[in-house]
Amino acid sequence: MNIVVLVKQVPDTWSERKLTDADHTLDRESADAVLDEINERAVEEALLLREAHGGEVTVIAMGPDRATDAIRKALSMGADKAIHVSDEALHGSDSIATAKVLAKAIGTVENVDLVIAGNEATDGRAGAVPAIVAELLGLPQVTQLRKVSVEGTTISGERETDEGVTFLEASLPAVISVTEKINEPRYPSFKGIMAAKKKPVSTVTVADLGIDASEVGLSGAWTQVLEAAPKPPRTAGQRVEDGGDGGAKIAEFLVGQKLI
Amino acid sequence: MSEVLVLVDHVDGEVKKVSYELLTAARRLGTPAAVVVGAPGTAAKVRESLGRYGAAKVYAVESDDAVNYLVTPKVDALASLAPNASAVLLSATAEGKEVAGRLAVRIDSGWLVDVVDVEADGTGVQSIFGGAFVVKAKVSKGTPVITVRPGGVEAEESAADAVLDESVSVSVDPAKAARVTSREAVVGGDRPELTEASVVVSGGRGVGSAEKFSVVEELADSLGAAVGASRAAVDSGYYPHQFQVGQTGKTVSPQLYVALGISGAIQHRAGMQTSKTIVAVNKDPEAPIFEIADFGVVGDLFAVAPQLTGEVRKRKG
Repeated sequence: MNIVVLVKQVPDTWSERKLTDADHTLDRESADAVLDEINERAVEEALLLREAHGGEVTVIAMGPDRATDAIRKALSMGADKAIHVSDEALHGSDSIATAKVLAKAIGTVENVDLVIAGNEATDGRAGAVPAIVAELLGLPQVTQLRKVSVEGTTISGERETDEGVTFLEASLPAVISVTEKINEPRYPSFKGIMAAKKKPVSTVTVADLGIDASEVGLSGAWTQVLEAAPKPPRTAGQRVEDGGDGGAKIAEFLVGQKLI
Repeated sequence: MSEVLVLVDHVDGEVKKVSYELLTAARRLGTPAAVVVGAPGTAAKVRESLGRYGAAKVYAVESDDAVNYLVTPKVDALASLAPNASAVLLSATAEGKEVAGRLAVRIDSGWLVDVVDVEADGTGVQSIFGGAFVVKAKVSKGTPVITVRPGGVEAEESAADAVLDESVSVSVDPAKAARVTSREAVVGGDRPELTEASVVVSGGRGVGSAEKFSVVEELADSLGAAVGASRAAVDSGYYPHQFQVGQTGKTVSPQLYVALGISGAIQHRAGMQTSKTIVAVNKDPEAPIFEIADFGVVGDLFAVAPQLTGEVRKRKG
């Protein structure tokens, strides 16, 4: 079973994130980058499926040179090889351009049975890239899964969203995305870290994938940011010490605000 | 005026509040047309309520396949109607965003993710990085596809005819779609859904145990609110993960957010700081939650919350 895992490097949510003044894109330099937690779970699920069904796990990452850290992490966990799409032209790509590049990159891997992604990257929160990739590849979309299993050429999964749990079934090849609940990712072993250094990583540009640079990045974006401003921080309102009447004081406040 | 499509968010014909918010936003852009994708008979059942919020037309896209396959029937329905529309509005839920992204690429149009407000010229207002930045953006190609965060726009009634239209049907290619074999609704009891609720009462580490979360639930029930929890509370096993508010949980922006025993780490604030009004109760006067609370009480939540519950019940009679 040949599996492609899509990983993305995102700024650490614990560090300060901001937008660049120049073009309103995420200032990726200003924040510590980490392999998105959810990506590690996607890699883990791919490794579990490989252990059960054999085959090969290819990692695909798109992003600046720093994305190599995310790739190394995935390889040291046990993935077999990686493709790094790195191109200045990608700067500022929206979810559609991102999905187009990923779909093309997936197309360079032979006999793909399954594409696995995390359900939502914590920076853009678009959460739709796996769905758009499925649309572009014309494959079934089996997304937001908390549980997945493969039998023969059928994939089944439990999709969990705010709406509840939906039990899904589709035929392979398919595109899936996994949620935080899917598994607990393994830590790379020392052996794994050493082995990762010898694993093949091919670096490709958008031109290598047959995509015109004008289709991606800021110039290729189908949306335009008109303005971006840091929101004036919320200011602290009234604060009182509870002198036995704290609950009553909140009630008075809520009545004043016409909230009750 | 041109037609603005609204994908109706419903569960088995129970229309969600966000659908009325979408219709309200759609009225600013043109003439709202509601699109109901569901089991046969759904549109007829919900037609009247959609009309009350301004739907001039209600497209019924109904079949068993429409319900038995994930996402794609909705994309197909909207894609066949989009050529005559000036914009498409959807709710910014997990599924809404998936439908929107696929629709955008299929109809060769740009899409806006998770806007909190829509202006008459189609500009979307986004609140990103948990509310730290406000961004105004516009679709520059094709028919704008816009996903609107539940609670972002306030629903207002404005009656329209809601003429039923059954001209659109969808067919499914099973090789390219995921079949739904069964469904389980969220076990949330009688409380409103977290992202849809006008009032949210959340508990944090300060609640201390799963049993003691009843103090949070009682206040929530008196206010008709949804119950939320901080990551610390969820990680400690006090409350199920599906109720987590924050960076790695849900983003809410209710009219009122009550934080009980929550310190207000950046992770949590990212999921709730766009709430209209924030009330916090915490023992620690230094808790960062007080920096963003409109009204804060430094004290024991087990004294303050029950008293507030009593006051609310008294006022509601």
